[in-house]
Amino acid sequence: MTSDTPELAETKVLIRHHVGLHARPSVKLTKLAKTFAARIELAMSEAGPWVDAKSIVKVMATKAPQGASVFLRAQGHDAADAVAALRALIERNFDEGTTPHALDT
Amino acid sequence: MLSTLRLTGTVASRGFAEGPLVPLTVVRTRSREAGDAHTELGTLRAAIERAVAEIDTIAGSAGDEAAAMLEFQRAMLEDDSLIEPALAAIAGGQTAETAWSTALDAQIAEYASAEDEYFRARSADFRDVRDRVLRALAGEADAAPPPGAILSGDDITPSQFLATDWSQGGAIVLRSGSATSHVAMLARAKGVPMLVGVSGLPHTNASNALVDGDDGAVVVAPDTSTVIRFRSRRAAGALQRKHAEGLATQPCVTADGTPISIYINVARPDELAVIDARTCDGVGLMRTEFLYDKGLPDEETQLLSYRQVVAWAQGRPVVIRTVDAGGDKPVPGFTHQETNPFLGVRGIRLALASPEVFRVQIRALLRVAAEGNVSVMLPMVTLAAELDAATQLFNQEARDLEARGIRHAMPKLGIMVEVPAVALMPELLADAHFFSIGSNDLMQYLMAASRDNGALQSLHDVKHPAFLNLLENVVRVGTEKGIPVSLCGDAGSDPQAIQPLLAAGLRSLSVAPAQLPLVKLAAAQVRL
Repeated sequence: MTSDTPELAETKVLIRHHVGLHARPSVKLTKLAKTFAARIELAMSEAGPWVDAKSIVKVMATKAPQGASVFLRAQGHDAADAVAALRALIERNFDEGTTPHALDT
Repeated sequence: MLSTLRLTGTVASRGFAEGPLVPLTVVRTRSREAGDAHTELGTLRAAIERAVAEIDTIAGSAGDEAAAMLEFQRAMLEDDSLIEPALAAIAGGQTAETAWSTALDAQIAEYASAEDEYFRARSADFRDVRDRVLRALAGEADAAPPPGAILSGDDITPSQFLATDWSQGGAIVLRSGSATSHVAMLARAKGVPMLVGVSGLPHTNASNALVDGDDGAVVVAPDTSTVIRFRSRRAAGALQRKHAEGLATQPCVTADGTPISIYINVARPDELAVIDARTCDGVGLMRTEFLYDKGLPDEETQLLSYRQVVAWAQGRPVVIRTVDAGGDKPVPGFTHQETNPFLGVRGIRLALASPEVFRVQIRALLRVAAEGNVSVMLPMVTLAAELDAATQLFNQEARDLEARGIRHAMPKLGIMVEVPAVALMPELLADAHFFSIGSNDLMQYLMAASRDNGALQSLHDVKHPAFLNLLENVVRVGTEKGIPVSLCGDAGSDPQAIQPLLAAGLRSLSVAPAQLPLVKLAAAQVRL
């Protein structure tokens, strides 16, 4: 790890998942976050409060609903990759497709 | 011995069951002196590890839905944020059991009070995680209920569901619970009937109980004739379902090829959890009275509920009816006390009499209209002036939202046709974007027969020529003026009534969700 100025990255992304940052999406998000070394945080507003994006308990506690904007920021040598990967996951609707009730039948 | 007890609740999973009623067991924690913090910490860590191992064992044999739920619980148990408050409590001298319970109870309470139904339902997952670790601390394994039983309790954890042998039938009836919980999804996937929100359930065992997960009814200690009726209903239901299932996701067409649109009536958004949106053309009537059960709802609360239905519909039309309250169902700060509420200040009359209350709903409706295919229906409209006044309020609120930069759209505004004066001369309300015939109220006002008086049942006859004449009149005027006409109400949900309704010219019906397959089946047999 470099001891120079740490890499910083930030983004804002809209949640399209039909119930928001729900159990399954939260599992996927925190699992992905944990694959990066950077410290990654998530918030519902730019002013915070920012929570650890690697903690499912804290991510779920934001109770981000459908249509909410989520702010992501990361700090560390792979910060830019981390933010890009998490943003892509949310934009892909957590790989859940668009049929929320497919599992219910 | 219990006397026969009939209760009703919300259907979370359909189907029929007959079996002994068995209360769900609750985990008990023993009280003991706390050891030193180091020992207590080790005890808690070991119990959590054991709980994680148990989850891995069950997950191996679980279906996709269950595996996803278990993965979520496992992720929770492996997150130090969940355990931190317990660690602090142990450092403060508490036992592992007390520290863990207190920490998890705080999370459970937090989720139980969430505004959003989906997040509220997660409190059951936290309860499950809490109890699994408490059982590990007590050295107990999962306690399995007897097979074929109807399990009753306040709520059931996903683990209790997974530990139960459902191969010999059985069902779940809960005093609270939620149709959007993980357990409800598991129950639907496995075909286990489940009812939630059943108040008055006994806390004791009963040797026999019946669950009708089509009607949302449970009968504890039924008499012989009730059992016989239930069994024949179950058999008939299974047979009809088999016929109707083939039609479920097919568009509805009569025997001679006329397409019919079939929508569903929704009283509460959580009812939709058991319905596949592909089996209907949309929501023809979303009632909003439930929002006023506990007083006047704020704009955000309303918006969340509307949004849930619109999201479920996936672009299909959703018709939301503005609140249809009256003196028969009092809402403090809103309804008027009256001696004859069905002929009183109700529906649009009440809304216009309390514009400050109505405006809150209008704003929520304007906002959700920007998110889907939303129309708004006004109940009990009698005069064109009422529609004009409501339209003005919608326009005013839209301007206000615009000024504040809040996303919104103007929905189509239609009316319920349920007052005979309107059904006789619908042309006087030609500014409405659509007519939806409210068969229950139109019938009771037409026949001067209260709909909740069982002694007057024979007067509520959909085939009465006067009623059919009115329907034909509304359809005729609608066609002339280019105003779409549909019918929502019990008449549309009665398979026997489908033939006369279609013969009167209706091509669009909104029905009770449980009747959806049977209505499609009945329509498919009609020749026009």
